[in-house]
Amino acid sequence: MNPIFKHGPSPQHRLVLVLLCSAALIFFDHKMNSFEPARGFLQSLVSPLQYLATAPKQMMNWAAENIITRRQLLDDNQQYKINELVFHEQALQLDIVQRENNRLRALLASPLRGDARKMVAEILSVDSDPYTHQVVINRGANDGVYEGQAVIDDAGIVGQILHVGTTSSRVLLITDITHAVPARIRRNGLRLIASGGGVIDRLTHNYVPHSSDIRTGDLLVTSGLGNKFPEGYPVAKVMAVIQDESRAFSQIKSQPVAKIDRLRYVLLLWPEQSNLQGLNESKKLPANKAKIK
Amino acid sequence: MSIASRLIMFSTLLVALLASIMPLPLSVDAFRPDWVLVVLFYWCLALPSRVNVISAWVMGFILDVLLGSTLGVHAGAMAISVYIVAGNFQKIRNFSVWQQALIVGVLSALYHLIVFWLQRFLTDAVFLPSYLYPVFTTIILWPWAFLLLRKIRRNFRIT
Repeated sequence: MNPIFKHGPSPQHRLVLVLLCSAALIFFDHKMNSFEPARGFLQSLVSPLQYLATAPKQMMNWAAENIITRRQLLDDNQQYKINELVFHEQALQLDIVQRENNRLRALLASPLRGDARKMVAEILSVDSDPYTHQVVINRGANDGVYEGQAVIDDAGIVGQILHVGTTSSRVLLITDITHAVPARIRRNGLRLIASGGGVIDRLTHNYVPHSSDIRTGDLLVTSGLGNKFPEGYPVAKVMAVIQDESRAFSQIKSQPVAKIDRLRYVLLLWPEQSNLQGLNESKKLPANKAKIK
Repeated sequence: MSIASRLIMFSTLLVALLASIMPLPLSVDAFRPDWVLVVLFYWCLALPSRVNVISAWVMGFILDVLLGSTLGVHAGAMAISVYIVAGNFQKIRNFSVWQQALIVGVLSALYHLIVFWLQRFLTDAVFLPSYLYPVFTTIILWPWAFLLLRKIRRNFRIT
């Protein structure tokens, strides 16, 4: 049915109306952050779509995991056994060192460090929007995830939780243009800020004086100063130090150590002595320190 | 418009949304065509009294939520692009499919540029040529999407 006489507002009026809506949304969302509570709700609302969109990939992964030769499985198993032996040995050493560290900290009257609760999450989707670096994971408020929580992978810091939905949440990656991590150089403790630049394998460091001792290949670890990221996790490796005396500061570029462009599983960290979902009881099990749920 | 045809229309838009958030390898991801824009253009050309600026804005808003961008950015860009189609649907309908594809390409470029300008205004994003790669895939996609959606529309007699 094509009406001969149009009814309702004209296209111009509609356009003006929706553009005003857009302008208002952009202003309130970007400048005032007044949509933070609504974002979580919206995130839960669209999470079925995200689960649906990721279904083909899950199926492929499932197929790839199931159609595998016995030989391959045996090889993998062998490798994991060797790895476990090595890690177990390191864990034993770590336990002794940790006890010693705790004793020394007690002597210095510093607060002891507890264990952090951890949880494995799987990546649901990666944003196709080139302006933001975010991923969606399959854990939400039901699992106790909270906004600003640190997210790591097996190599280093990945990002932090941006919006929490009921069953899924959104992670802001460290390479996003709006993100920065307080870091320090592991070699000498020099403090820096690692800001994302919108490029997937680059972090930049602003306001580093020419005199600071920083070299290519230095590892940056989190300093724990912002109270967002726990201390001591690797962030990035310094790739280039350009000391151009005509500029006020030296230009430093580094590459994230986490495999940001090929994430599949990530680890969520809760702060020590978490009161969110009870304390873990792993204090009595020294060999099993990192209790992974 | 019956409920069945309404459902079919919504499901094409839903499939377009799914295609635009489906995970892809990083190298292919830069070439992801604007599925939602293409489907909206088709319905706007075919049934301008049903799909118009407001439905485009709603789809853009859902895309904003799905992509995690600032709310209203994709919505506004989508509304402006569809407004141009809605204003000229009688002309565009008479063009051949390839001419339509070129127009869709220009509008897709406009859409990406509006999104970029808004992002530039909000977060100091830097322009990379790769932001316009989807324009080419969208041009290639249009004839196939057009034929498929026309078949769907005629088959289910959506008017």
